Formats: sequence, structure tokens, C-alpha cells
Amino acid sequence: RVAMSIMQYNGSAVLAMKGKNCVGIASDLCFGVQGRMITTNFRKTFRMQEKLYLGLTGLATDVQTLHERLEFRLNMYKLREGREIKPSTFASVISNVLYAHRFGPYFVEPVVAGLDDTNTPFICGMDLIGAPVTPPDFVCAGSNTEALFGTCETMYRPDMEPEELFEVLSQCLLASIDRDALAGWGAVVTIITPEGSFTRTLKGRQD
Amino acid sequence: LIQSRMDSTFAIKGKDFVLLAADASVAHSIISLKNTEDKIYELDKHVCMAAAGDAADRPRFCNYITRNIQLFKFRNGHSLPTETIANFTREQLAYAIRHGPYQVDVLLGGVDETGAHLYFMDYLGTMQEVEKAAHGYGGYFVTSVLDNYWSPDKTLEDAKFCMKKCINEIQTRFLINQSKFIIKCIDKDGVKIIDLNEQSRQAGLDD
Repeated sequence: RVAMSIMQYNGSAVLAMKGKNCVGIASDLCFGVQGRMITTNFRKTFRMQEKLYLGLTGLATDVQTLHERLEFRLNMYKLREGREIKPSTFASVISNVLYAHRFGPYFVEPVVAGLDDTNTPFICGMDLIGAPVTPPDFVCAGSNTEALFGTCETMYRPDMEPEELFEVLSQCLLASIDRDALAGWGAVVTIITPEGSFTRTLKGRQD
Repeated sequence: LIQSRMDSTFAIKGKDFVLLAADASVAHSIISLKNTEDKIYELDKHVCMAAAGDAADRPRFCNYITRNIQLFKFRNGHSLPTETIANFTREQLAYAIRHGPYQVDVLLGGVDETGAHLYFMDYLGTMQEVEKAAHGYGGYFVTSVLDNYWSPDKTLEDAKFCMKKCINEIQTRFLINQSKFIIKCIDKDGVKIIDLNEQSRQAGLDD
């Protein structure tokens, strides 16, 4: 049997990009175990709030557990504070949760994408122990981040309108997951704008 | 954890029924100990769990889940829906993986007011609702047969035919002898054991 890194046990790919007053987040749809496909409708992006989305890559069981935990934390925050959470605050919460398990970590690499209360775009990526990075352009995570970085660096430009952002995000993700044996089987893309958000499912190479 | 994938389990979901199948053999090193082992545990009147994996962990885990489901019924006076039972099972697996792992992969199926449901779970605590699924080495052989011969709009007779094809595939191409399979069908009337050979014997008589 092949000795695989725990982060590659289930394949995944998540990508987030900043546009002009909008953000986009996208993931592949494959749930597989050591290269074998089990399901093709496993979304790795989750709607946490109307203008806040969370992407989780890595070990699928931890993706599911962490999503449940963070949804709980978010619900408690809303009850206590009586308001919605800011994306940057949410990113801090995730960072804190992950570092709390520094010596027995959740095997996930989260991506946060959202618009804060002034509708300023926010994206953030993290490693499995919660080290955050908030770049000005895009964030990649998954089993083949090299491919994702390559396509994004080439095709990204600042201040894209929502439809343009959707197009660029889709093409970057699809091109990258075609080169990843573990991720793929379609993609789902969400664009968040001040007026609302839209989600579209893409059919890519079905292998 | 080194997985022994010698147990073959697979399952398909119809519109209002779920069929679960599991091989009935127990082996120890090169010895075949038993071929009448029932690996499909009845958690409740309309919910069953086909379990594959370590010969000690399997009954321990499955009995633990069954007894907890029954305890809920005693305490609260009513049964749980399939989705709840599945989520409970996943929670136990996800807790156990970091505290004292059960090496058990599970296919959980049930029929309730919302219809038929089938869940794929692995020993790490990953869960996905699926229409057809398989675990173990047998799964490698059976997945493509299921893809070809099964879709959820087909009848129970088609399902039995599909099961027969799957078992035949395993018995032809899998190195390990698994002469006996136990198949259980869950529908609105509960759980019953299916004898696939009954049809062919009756057909022979009719002809």
C-alpha cells in the first residue's frame, strides 16, 4: 500500500479570490479515499453567514467535525453578541481553535472569504495549526496547491467585477484540479457581493 | 492503523428500500474460522448497519451503538430517524479516532418517514449520504458493477439481480474465498433477510 500524507488521504481543492467589492470562493466536489472516488457531491465550502463563507481542505472527517464545531461557535457568538461576526474575527476564532490542538491537530487547511460590515472584501488562509495569512489577492489550499498557485498567479488581476471574478476563479480551479489526481469531479463556485451571493456548479473532467 | 480490508460489504438504496450485503466469513491468519458470521447489525426496527473491519472492534462498536439507540428509546419513548442515528454513529467514530480508535467501516441504511437513506462511514468518522457504496477489497470489484447495474429508480427485483452480480464478481475475482454473503433488506415493514438463491430455485421449478 502507498504511504500517503494524511492531508492527501482524501483529495481536495479550495480557492478564494478578491475582486472589486466582492469575493469568490470555490471548491471541488470529490470525496475520495486514497484515490478511489466515493461521492461527487462533497462540497468543501460552507455558508457560515450571508456574507461569510468557510472553505475546509484536508482530512474529510476533520472537515466535517471542524465545520460542526465552528458553526456551534458562531451560533454561540451570535447569541452572546446579538450581531453577526466579522470575517477577520472569525478567522481569529478558527486560528485559536486550531492552535489549541497544536500537538494533536485537526488535519485541515481552512480558507475564509467574506465581506465585512463596510462591504470590504476579506480573504484569509491558514495552515493546520492556525497560522493565518491575509494576502491582497487570492488564497489556495488543498492536495495540489502548487497547481492552484500557478494558475492563480497567471490569471489573477485586481478589481474584477463579480461575473469576471466568477470566470477567472472557475478557470483557475478547473485547470488546477485537472492536474490533481485526487481532487476534481466537478466544482462549485460562490461569489459574494454586497447585494447578495450566487453559487454555480461546474462540470469539469469527470475523472 | 493498518486496515485489514478482507471484509466485503456493499449496499444500494432504492426509492423506499435499502439493501445491505456483507460477507459471512471470519478468518484468522490463514485459517477460515467461520462462514456464518452476521456482520449486519440491526440498530432499530428500520435501521441496519453493515460493518467491516477488525473482528474484535466490529461487534464492540456495533453493539455499543445498538444499545445506545435502544437506551434512547427507553428513556424517551420514541425511535430516532435514520439521519440522527447516522450522525450519532459518526460522532462516536470521530471521537474515538483520537481517543481509542475503532477499526470499523460502516454502511448504515434505514427507512423512515422521509424515505430511504444510506450512509457511508469510515473508521476516521467521515460520513457521506450515498446511493450505493462498498467497503473493503470487495469494494474495488463491486463499485463498477454497482455503477453499471444500479440506479435508485429501479425495483427490488432489479436490486436483487444487481446484488447477485456483485457477489458473483467477488467470488470470481477476489483472491480470498468468501462463499457466503448475508443480505438484508430494509423497507417500511422493517428488516428481513434476503435469500438470493430462492429466486433461481423457484424459477427453475416454474420452468
